[in-house]
Amino acid sequence: MVEMVSRPYASAFEKFAAGNPDILCLSADLTSSCEIDGFRDRHPDQFLSMGMAEQNMMSFAGGLGLAGYRPFIHTFGVFMYRRPYDQLMASIAYPRRKVRMMGFLPGVTTPGGMTHQSIEDISVMRSIPNMTILETGDATEVESICEAADSIDGPVWCRVLRGSVPRLFDTPIKVGEMRELSTGDDILVVTTGICTEEAMRARAALKKAGLSIRHLHLHTIKPFDSKALLDQIGSVKHGVITLENHVTEGGVGSLVAETMADAGVGKRLIRLGLRDTYAHGGSRPYLMRYYGLDALALVRGVEDLMGQEFGITESDLDAARVDEVHSLVKAEAL
Amino acid sequence: MRNEKTTEDIALGIRRRVFEHSMRNNGGYLSQACSAGEQLAWLYNEALNLGQPTLPMIPKPFEGVPSPNNPDYHTGAGYNGPAGPEYDRLFIAPAHYALVAYATLIEVGRMAPEGLEMFNQDGSSVEMIGAEHSPGMEVHNGTLGIGLSTAAGLAFGRKRRGDTGNTWVFMSDGEVQEGQTWEAVQACAFHNIEVKAIMDVNDQQCDGAMDSVMEVGDLRTKFTNFGAHCVEVDGHDLNAIRQASQENHEGKPLIILARTNPFHAMSILEERFPRLHYVRFKSEDERARMNQSIAKDLGVDPIDYAH
Repeated sequence: MVEMVSRPYASAFEKFAAGNPDILCLSADLTSSCEIDGFRDRHPDQFLSMGMAEQNMMSFAGGLGLAGYRPFIHTFGVFMYRRPYDQLMASIAYPRRKVRMMGFLPGVTTPGGMTHQSIEDISVMRSIPNMTILETGDATEVESICEAADSIDGPVWCRVLRGSVPRLFDTPIKVGEMRELSTGDDILVVTTGICTEEAMRARAALKKAGLSIRHLHLHTIKPFDSKALLDQIGSVKHGVITLENHVTEGGVGSLVAETMADAGVGKRLIRLGLRDTYAHGGSRPYLMRYYGLDALALVRGVEDLMGQEFGITESDLDAARVDEVHSLVKAEAL
Repeated sequence: MRNEKTTEDIALGIRRRVFEHSMRNNGGYLSQACSAGEQLAWLYNEALNLGQPTLPMIPKPFEGVPSPNNPDYHTGAGYNGPAGPEYDRLFIAPAHYALVAYATLIEVGRMAPEGLEMFNQDGSSVEMIGAEHSPGMEVHNGTLGIGLSTAAGLAFGRKRRGDTGNTWVFMSDGEVQEGQTWEAVQACAFHNIEVKAIMDVNDQQCDGAMDSVMEVGDLRTKFTNFGAHCVEVDGHDLNAIRQASQENHEGKPLIILARTNPFHAMSILEERFPRLHYVRFKSEDERARMNQSIAKDLGVDPIDYAH
């Protein structure tokens, strides 16, 4: 059974930021929801409540960056780029301010529906010059996201997991590298964020079906080492499958497609994720099943790529974790 | 820097330069020189504590945008001197006032007159809408409404560092239609940020008179209710501006509403009311008449434009 870590960001951010005079913690009325309420209470001098006013917050953070600070902005990811996109662009991205944007509730990790689910943020951020994009997939990555983000000379967009988070890895994020979770020579599976755990759930069943799966987990989406990926693609026979908690347009699926097309790689690519659709509100396992982001969706993708069915069903997959909707590790039911 | 000219002379000089430039180029942001001449002259000649310029008098060409691959990138803030803790900082929030701001830099001896010849020329850093790398600019403000927020963040950070210099914003009144302006004021009040702003309230915006585009109501009451210390003055009365800037605004942002006339000192521009945002001459006849009339108002010879 996988180890579950309760609120890893809360302690990691406090450990990282407390006492560092150049780090400021900004929040837009989602302080406990972003697990920084303890930090606010214990380090009020480093905490700025910016209210529900994201446009001002983004430009204000740009001004703090100009003054030599490294602001960590905390809110739900979706609120940090959709409304204040102009401010993000002009006040943070263009001048390369060292603003660390901590976007909580990536993709379908919230039952909040369209207004709360950042499903196209990676697409948006990938197209912004000067932007770095990091995504956490487990507790260890959440615990190391602050150091990783703060090592970047410029703005950083982070997809951060909260609440009860599984520990899948035992080494911190090393920006620019990718994690090779399994080696194989039939199919390359590339996953990010919460989809990595799903791919790991499918591992045993796929192996049993006789498939040799090479599995990569990406925490650094931009900048991206295309040569390393091409080497990985070169070592599988049949093709590549991407699985992401994001729309398939502009995200990691597109990143892999562009990498393959640029290099003239003639292998098949199957991109799994939200397929040109919004999601609605519901639990994470329900949404991942409904929209095809889970372990079973990956199995079906493998079958598509191989052109044959392996008879794998839900019961053959490792158990999915089901979080309580009302849990002590979450500030609200969102 | 030593004040070699009076602020009145600088305001007149700004208008003369913007007038000459607009005549030669068959148009320009003329009305902004009418309304804002005194404010920018006063800021640079009296209010701001600035060091000697750190960039060449004749601006360098465009040298690329900020990028990890452009390590020598710098903004145009060096025309306002170094960013030392004791010095003041200024943002020109409405970046389309750039022509007027550049003319001000020339009048106060911070940029050579040749700089204005580079205005809006391909490959030049002296851009039509002031960019970060344009003379006197430190941030991009071409998207209206972000200037006060950025200045608030800078002012908060500077105070936290113990800097003694002030952070000033030159604003335009159209920006109050953007919700971000009010977000910024409430944040300044909440966090006791003593940023200073002077707003050119000329009642004009791109589509015409503000009241015809979107009524904004009583600005002084609104700014006061959002937590600013707000003073309303005649923006062509330098003594009134001086007095307003001395008001105590402890724990609050200071907003000076400088009520101005968009055809001040260029009376013939009233013919173009209410479309004053960018004056492009509609005919050679209009250009010639405006040339004669404005030259007379400004006490100079008509401009000998070639085409």
